[in-house]
Amino acid sequence: MTRIAGMLATGLAATLACGMAWAETAPGAVQYDEYGAIAASLTGAPGDPGVGAKVMSSRAEGNCVACHQVSALDADFQGNVGPSLDGAADRWSEAELRGLVADAKHTFEGTVMPSFYKTGPYIRPGDAYTGKAAKGELPPILTATQVEDVVAFLMTLKE
Amino acid sequence: MKKTATALAALLALGLAGSAGADPSEDAELSINGEPPLITRAPAPAHLEGALPELISGWLYRDEATRAMEMDDFDNPAMVFVDQGLDSWAAVEGSAGKSCAACHGDIESLKGVRATTPKLNAAGALWSVEDFINDCRTNRMGAEAWGWSSDPMLNMTAAISVQSRGLPVAVEIDGPAAPYYEQGKDMYYTRYGQLELSCANCHEQNNGNMIRADHLSQGHTAGFPTYRLKNAGLVSIHNRFKGCIRDTRAETFNEGSDEFRALELYVAARGMGLAVEGVAVRP
Ligand code: HEC
Ligand code: HEC
Repeated sequence: MTRIAGMLATGLAATLACGMAWAETAPGAVQYDEYGAIAASLTGAPGDPGVGAKVMSSRAEGNCVACHQVSALDADFQGNVGPSLDGAADRWSEAELRGLVADAKHTFEGTVMPSFYKTGPYIRPGDAYTGKAAKGELPPILTATQVEDVVAFLMTLKE
Repeated sequence: MKKTATALAALLALGLAGSAGADPSEDAELSINGEPPLITRAPAPAHLEGALPELISGWLYRDEATRAMEMDDFDNPAMVFVDQGLDSWAAVEGSAGKSCAACHGDIESLKGVRATTPKLNAAGALWSVEDFINDCRTNRMGAEAWGWSSDPMLNMTAAISVQSRGLPVAVEIDGPAAPYYEQGKDMYYTRYGQLELSCANCHEQNNGNMIRADHLSQGHTAGFPTYRLKNAGLVSIHNRFKGCIRDTRAETFNEGSDEFRALELYVAARGMGLAVEGVAVRP
């Protein structure tokens, strides 16, 4: 029931964003290579770097700047728990960046970086930041479309 | 070549963050009302097995203005609440017609309590200061228990903590306390919630770093209850834990739960040697 609602919501978001909902790869079906990279786009369509920049800055979405400094982003209070992402596209390929955003634990074992495109298993999963138990299985933190948008933005980070 | 450039960039970024007010301060001393300074840096106790190189109070991670508020009881906004705690120490309440003072005399007699709690009660269960207070209220005074984070409870725990100001945290972790310590330790390293973050991910691996606007400290409890500027009020240890776990997008635990008592013991043990601050001020 919640599952269906969740899938509907994800599908709807994807449809609104790019009209390619049918091509979306579900979190459980993502293929990581042995280094943690994901070759294929999760949506089959190119991401929007402008939207990706917003997703990375927004507290409710990626909030990547909580841990990373990104000079190209106009977000205040950028953290330094993770490395600066300036020049990320010089260091990583698109497939590697997709893998890092979807689930960095495939690339860096035990990393503190959260996994943005997975549905668990989690220990005591909560309902966002309410402190209450999650109502049913959690959708991934970012949708497939948002992951692609973030990857598209990261690909612009060249030095 | 590319590698070197990246390393340089990283160093530069760190350097910039450093000059933007990142601490912990190397030389600040927590002298309150001009008294000799409290211990805000201490060697890590052996039971930490090298998890932290040195213990550093959260006070040293705060900016100068916040640090200054704690250095003078007239500037410390928590002291108003300490006074209210002292009032209720002397106030008769409940069917037995007694006040705290009726049994304990001067509140100074509770010197050392904050530094050594949580600890086992006579029946062998782990209790926080709040539990001891409510035990007196319900069983000796015939009064109602106070809520864990109710105003009178916060005021009383604050007044009691001031009595231990300057004493090093020294909780019992061996013998019958050991299972609680182990339970708390397990929790400390558990990656809770959708963000899969443990206490250690933030306070052990990343203290000194910025997570968005927050400067991560080692997460010690010696200053609790703490006056939080953000809340404009006192915050209990369990309330702080609750918030930190909630921020991992997890189902948190309740204040006063057995889980939080065990975690409280373990976190206190991580800070053994740091001085009880007797009401810290934090952002
Ligand atoms: C809670 C902290 C945290 C958050 C939030 C976070 N990251 Fe990370 N990230 C890290 C850490 C730490 C590393 C370094 C890997 C390691 O050593 O564990 C990293 C590594 C990376 C890398 C590789 C960097 C390099 O150049 O080597 C990329 C790219 C990246 N993150 C992107 C993102 C994006 C995009 C988001 C948000 C959608 C994000 N991160 C959110 C902590 C975080
Ligand atoms: C996502 C990061 C994060 C996680 C995970 C986290 N905390 Fe915190 N914690 C913070 C931040 C940010 C602060 C405020 C800045 C500071 O004092 O470190 C804080 C503050 C604290 C403080 C107050 C320190 C002081 O000097 O007043 C304590 C105690 C604490 N945390 C304990 C814990 C415990 C125990 C856990 C695990 C149950 C935990 N934290 C998990 C981010 C975190």
